[in-house]
Amino acid sequence: MSMKVTTRQVDGVTILDLSGRITLGEGSVQLRDAIRDLLAKGSKQILLNLADVNYIDSSGIGELVSAYTTVRNQGGELKLLNLTKKVHDLLQITKLYTVFDVKDDEASAIASFNRA
Amino acid sequence: MGQSEEEHLTGQQASRITYTLESSLDSVNKVEETAEQMAKKAGIDEDEIFKITMAVREAAVNAVLHGNSYDPEKRITASFENTGESLVIRIADQGKGLDPETLPDPLAPENLLRGSGRGIFLIRSFMDEVHFKQLHPGTELTLIKHLGTAQTGS
Repeated sequence: MSMKVTTRQVDGVTILDLSGRITLGEGSVQLRDAIRDLLAKGSKQILLNLADVNYIDSSGIGELVSAYTTVRNQGGELKLLNLTKKVHDLLQITKLYTVFDVKDDEASAIASFNRA
Repeated sequence: MGQSEEEHLTGQQASRITYTLESSLDSVNKVEETAEQMAKKAGIDEDEIFKITMAVREAAVNAVLHGNSYDPEKRITASFENTGESLVIRIADQGKGLDPETLPDPLAPENLLRGSGRGIFLIRSFMDEVHFKQLHPGTELTLIKHLGTAQTGS
């Protein structure tokens, strides 16, 4: 039931491949911990691959927003990749789709990050 | 993990099941699963099942987390009824009470980046009717989905 997180590095961008559910008590805490660990290590260019996230609740949406603001406040960038239709629709109705930088191609997503 | 009662009303297709559950995430998951089964059984299409399931999950999370604050002494009650015309789900807690009028609008620009506060909004977005009732103590949410608009093949 819980979420699985795999981390990859591509051209200075950290990609988190998430699969499963981002919900209260399941994926939310894992996502928060993963972002905190990355920032502690100085990884501030983060791409969340949500292709295999089949379910997200309001807690999970809140966690995505918190991740986004936390990374941004530390001078980094957090973008979303490969939204499923359900997650896409949820971000639309919560008006967050335009807040996040949402990508659907990994290579161009990686190329879009600022590298100072 | 709780008590349940099931009543089948005679002479109709209507049936109701009621659970009294601890204030835990296990209870949230049970309520969510029950809603999903009920919606499937009613022949509702997949998109609508997702919406109903999510709305019911959000209501259960509210009851356990914001209502009862995970208090082991407090229970949530969840009842599921298919009236033949609608699915009616009631989720009640024993907490301090919730005034929906005082909730900030999660779509307001100043609230968009908040890490919480979207649960009731999603419930209202996904159900046909949502009613709040103060129980003193506690809150009962009634979530209604009209079957005519949500069923497949009809």
